[in-house]
Amino acid sequence: MSATSSTIVNLPDQRTATLPKKNYINAEDGILSWLLTADHKRIGILYLITITFFFLIGGIFAGLIRLELLTPQPDLVASDTYNKLFTLHGIVMIFLFLVPSVPATLGNFLIPIMIGAKDLAFPKINLLSWYLAVIGGSFTLATMVLGGVDTGWTFTTPLSTHYLNTHVVTAGLGVFILGFSSIFTGLNIIVTVHRLRAPGMTWFRMPLFVWAHYAASIMMVLGTPVLAIAITLVALERTLHIGVFDPALGGDPLLFQHLFWFYSHPAVYIMILPGFGVISEVISTFSRKRVFGYTAVAFSSVAIAVFGFLVWEHHMFIMGVSNYSALVFSLLTMLVAVPSAIKIFNWSFTLQKGSITFETPMMYALAFIGLFTIGGLTGIFLGSLGMDVHLTETYFIVAHFHYVMVGGMLMAYLAGLHFWWPKMTGRMYPEAVSKLSAVVSFIGFNLTFMPQFILGYLGMPRRYHAYPAEFQVLNVLSTAGATVLGVGFLMPAIYLVWSLKYGKIAGNNPWQATGLEWQIQSPPLTENFVESPVIDYEAYDYEWLAHKTEQEVTTVG
Amino acid sequence: MHISPVLWQFLVKWLDASALFPQEASTIAPYTDALYFFLLLITIVGLVLVGALIFGFAIRYRKERNPVATQVEGSTLLEATWTIIPLALFLICFVWGALLYFRIFNPPTNAMNIYVVGKQWMWKAEHPGGQHEINNLHVPTGRPVQLTMISQDVFHSYSIPAFRVKREVIPGRYSTVWFEATKPGTYHIFCTQYCGTKHSGMIGEVTVMSPDDYKAWTESSTSGMSLAQNGERLFASMGCNACHSGGAAARGPNLAGVYGSKLRLANGSDVVVNEAYLRDAILNPSQHVTAGFAPIMPTYQGQISEEGLIDLVEYLKSLKTNYRVQQTLTTSESNQAAPMTPGVVKP
Repeated sequence: MSATSSTIVNLPDQRTATLPKKNYINAEDGILSWLLTADHKRIGILYLITITFFFLIGGIFAGLIRLELLTPQPDLVASDTYNKLFTLHGIVMIFLFLVPSVPATLGNFLIPIMIGAKDLAFPKINLLSWYLAVIGGSFTLATMVLGGVDTGWTFTTPLSTHYLNTHVVTAGLGVFILGFSSIFTGLNIIVTVHRLRAPGMTWFRMPLFVWAHYAASIMMVLGTPVLAIAITLVALERTLHIGVFDPALGGDPLLFQHLFWFYSHPAVYIMILPGFGVISEVISTFSRKRVFGYTAVAFSSVAIAVFGFLVWEHHMFIMGVSNYSALVFSLLTMLVAVPSAIKIFNWSFTLQKGSITFETPMMYALAFIGLFTIGGLTGIFLGSLGMDVHLTETYFIVAHFHYVMVGGMLMAYLAGLHFWWPKMTGRMYPEAVSKLSAVVSFIGFNLTFMPQFILGYLGMPRRYHAYPAEFQVLNVLSTAGATVLGVGFLMPAIYLVWSLKYGKIAGNNPWQATGLEWQIQSPPLTENFVESPVIDYEAYDYEWLAHKTEQEVTTVG
Repeated sequence: MHISPVLWQFLVKWLDASALFPQEASTIAPYTDALYFFLLLITIVGLVLVGALIFGFAIRYRKERNPVATQVEGSTLLEATWTIIPLALFLICFVWGALLYFRIFNPPTNAMNIYVVGKQWMWKAEHPGGQHEINNLHVPTGRPVQLTMISQDVFHSYSIPAFRVKREVIPGRYSTVWFEATKPGTYHIFCTQYCGTKHSGMIGEVTVMSPDDYKAWTESSTSGMSLAQNGERLFASMGCNACHSGGAAARGPNLAGVYGSKLRLANGSDVVVNEAYLRDAILNPSQHVTAGFAPIMPTYQGQISEEGLIDLVEYLKSLKTNYRVQQTLTTSESNQAAPMTPGVVKP
């Protein structure tokens, strides 16, 4: 049962199909061949394993948080434990899952192939960045084993420097090292895109996935050092009492907020931009149509990267900053929302006049558009100064952030993982069950986070271990949703592993997609291309693809 | 259409027990809610529009109905439309939000001032009349109330959802927020900035009373000394009056009437004396030397609590003449002189 009329899946004849004899997976054997590899595809797989592991840990913390909030009383865990749970949930999910999620796995795997290169510009630095991620992750694990940390993922001073006796420095060191891992990945992508494009691969022939990663990489390289500085100062203040942030020593507690958010606001774009890239690829492929307004979508990524650096103070509107500087930052926040709105409409209009099919990646991508629209528009509430006063630091923020990061980024990540799974492994995931998982995740997600918007407007503060009884009904709904969501996320983990052995052989181009990565064997050779490709067609050129397929049929037949 | 009374009762109880919308209990609340409904409207319209586009196209152009896609480059006109319309809407949100923000953070000049000190994990309120409260705040309806807040340790945040106001409470720095309560009742106070172990226990209640009830409450719960009176005692006991006596030869500047005045500092800058300046000048005098005086005042950092500082600030705000300062000084000097050996001549 290969392609029915409602799908574009184009699989080789399963009785005779075999995986390519030589590919990057079986090129070398043994654990060392993986741990010492310089192949961007293998490093992508190493990252995939690492971040899946940490996603599981972060997910367990989230589950425990929701379980505690089932009742208004603080009954499941002690206050300190609860504080450690949400701190570690944040640190693990942001620094160990979301930041590396798409760029370090899919980006690593695909960017060189998409632009026709053999590897990233600095293969060994690429491996180093994985090791740094593992070392940073180990520090985070060590923090957990030693007894945890309860600063919140925002490391707010002077709480983190003077008032807690948990493992702040260990956790901070972990984040510091993870920062360098992220900087190296960003650097590698920037240099690769500039230097290693194949002949004919001009800037405006690059897939939008590459544009999005390029923009995100610039933010990684420019923003992350500021995080490193902020964390270093927290560690120095904590150990040597240097008095940068502590008002009692002449420091300024707001300085930390400025430094931290100067990275951490761009960081949300670092997290979401690669997701935008995935969505552009998926929407185009399953509508068989060029992305509507390619240039606008490409430049809106760059616009986000530029404006994204100029809005950090919108995290501090109630912190006693000057009312007039608040005006400027609110205005810039409104401006940064525009490129995202443009993308949403461009994706929607990509569907128009297409020939649309609904495979799992497309299901996730459509879910992304809906959820990201909600996430983005609720961001306008928070960027609007007077509204922010009531909503900031409540569950409204929690819901908004999760709509962007889970409803947006995680859905995009799952869309991408399913989309390129055949390329990465040579095998198909099971379609029916994966569609079910997309639907389950979508329902579970909305049930989890929609009630939190209402809770936020009611005033329920975030990071609360116990809450007034009148908030219980909504919290119960949210916890119920989290259970469904948990099932939705567990399913891919199971069937994707299953498919490694039992999935159908995928062939080179099961989706009939136009990207360069689909024109080579799956899984690819270690050197990606047999001979260096020359690109003489635009991105998303489905006519070129049809023509090419026709020729192949004539030649072979 | 009839709803079964049992079901109706159940619904009423459910809605009653599980709030879906917060009460409006301040003059600001209706303004905030108006903006909220406008934003909600934009969100719903936007979502319906995107949803309609996606579902519409997905049905109309699914492969069964449209086997071959038509390639389209883009459309400058359409793209300009969906750049300009969202931008215009977002700018309306910006202006509306900014107007509300200035309303929330610019207190009326006739506001009654209450001090709030946050510390892990409680809220202390100090009324000018000397009433002290913990995790509670009594305010009258129909009168603007300004809270001048400071934290003794970490960041906290003072939030009253029913009033739609919130402000960060910062260590070492006064921040203010104001409201005018409209409806008697009790409402939640939350600390919304994560502040350590018992963050979720740093809650309290604001009790809004009619002006008469409030008057009765202030009279029944005063400690007998106003903040300024406490401050006067501190001023004497810490020896401030020795230098700040207001005399012509005094080593410190005259403080009577200094609050609200414009001061020239030794470094040449001009400042307007407000609560924050007075507090900083006590804790960090070398950075706040008045022109014409020597930098001889020692720091009082760590020797005086935030509550003590508030008392002193309130005292200085009320200080209009140095008559009592000098009287106190003379009394304390003669008291000191008394036990001395008789016959020794005072210098």
